[in-house]
Amino acid sequence: MSRSLFLRDSVVRKNLMALTGLFLCLFLVIHLAGNLQLLLPAEQAQVQYNHYSELLSHNIFIKIVSYALYASIIAHAVYALILTLRARQARGAQGYAYDKRGQVTPWYVRNMGVLGALLLAFIIIHMRDFWFQYKFTEMPLDAEGRKDLYTIVAVAYQQLWYVALYVAAMLVLGFHLLHGFHSAFQTLGLYHSKYNRWVKWAGYGYTFIITAGFTIIPIYMYFIQNQPLP
Amino acid sequence: MKIQLKIWRQENAQAKGKMVDYNLPDVNPEMSFLEMLDVLNEKLIRSGDDPIEFDHDCREGICGQCGLFINGRVHGPMSATTTCQLHMRHFEDGDTIYVEPFRASAFPVVKDLRIDRSAFDRIIQAGGFISTRTGDAPEANAIPIGHQTAEDAFDAAACIGCGACVATCKNASAALFTGAKVSHLAMLPQGEPESPERAEKMVAQMEAEGFGHCTNTGACEVECPQEISIEHIARMNFEYNKAAVLEK
Repeated sequence: MSRSLFLRDSVVRKNLMALTGLFLCLFLVIHLAGNLQLLLPAEQAQVQYNHYSELLSHNIFIKIVSYALYASIIAHAVYALILTLRARQARGAQGYAYDKRGQVTPWYVRNMGVLGALLLAFIIIHMRDFWFQYKFTEMPLDAEGRKDLYTIVAVAYQQLWYVALYVAAMLVLGFHLLHGFHSAFQTLGLYHSKYNRWVKWAGYGYTFIITAGFTIIPIYMYFIQNQPLP
Repeated sequence: MKIQLKIWRQENAQAKGKMVDYNLPDVNPEMSFLEMLDVLNEKLIRSGDDPIEFDHDCREGICGQCGLFINGRVHGPMSATTTCQLHMRHFEDGDTIYVEPFRASAFPVVKDLRIDRSAFDRIIQAGGFISTRTGDAPEANAIPIGHQTAEDAFDAAACIGCGACVATCKNASAALFTGAKVSHLAMLPQGEPESPERAEKMVAQMEAEGFGHCTNTGACEVECPQEISIEHIARMNFEYNKAAVLEK
């Protein structure tokens, strides 16, 4: 059977949304695990975090995965845009004069596109501030001669507005994951009355851990580690 | 009871429609919503106006013909209710009620509140059947089906094709309707052999009709008069993916 594999119909497009979304979910776990090193006492955190960053940037396997990651972010956003534009067409030009449909579903479930667009903006800012600096600019070195990413991060989190932006972005991420996680399983058809309760709870648990984990780091660094660096 | 109505009037498919105000000063609370519209139509006919067209048939909640968007909700404010089973006692004296047709580009308005839902028929024609020869009904116990399976299949088969799922969906997706049909047959031994192929064909037709995608908001299962679960959408996706992976 001939098929244009990636654009065939909405189920295929939604499969791609689900698969890229779940891949990004997996990445968030690894990203959080690495970043939790920032919660160590400042001096130890600096040595360990810089060592970890260097390790990642020189590993060929990580490099391959990172390209898959960039591709996933782009594909997830592009397919979301294609699907949204098509849905707009499907709804038709004439809307309801009096519309209370929102009463039956939570707001974040209906606004995944808006939350996703905010997240994309955050990802761009986030990558410019850390990833771009690490890869493409002259970086200060730490005592062991490694690029001192820790100091870049610590300085960034000494600014209250930046911490606030970060926490707000994590809240957006939380609501996106709250629906996205179990919705991905539903889309892939991996959903069964016997297990869907577990999938839902796993989604809630995952969302809580990821959101809380990423939120604690900047708050902790601002309030507790916020001292002049050596 | 006194009711003020704002009803969508549209001359024909090409015409531009608008909301028109009507007043009914003496509505019996025991009337069904459609009977209230009948009363209004009698009044309009007597005064030489064009009556309001709307779909209806059995008026017992089982045919799926009636379907109105009432006060911002599909089939009105009650859950698991068709428009014909909605009664005026669920409104207050003096209420203003908005009445609009179900909206989706795949459900074009024919006139006033009447829409063309033949897109659903074409989705069924694409694969919502089994290719066995018809003839005498086989002996009922010849094909054993477990009680729970029979119940689950029947839950999906209960879809009356009213289109509420599409009308309430923010993406105008027909996934619950198509999912219910695919799922119902996939669960039974008569339908199971053709299931992956059926899923592919029905999804392709759903696409061709211009329905949107499913984002699993779950609004459809809340508004469905038959309370059909979105699990059936997941089963459709599963059957579809199985076909994509395993079929030659």
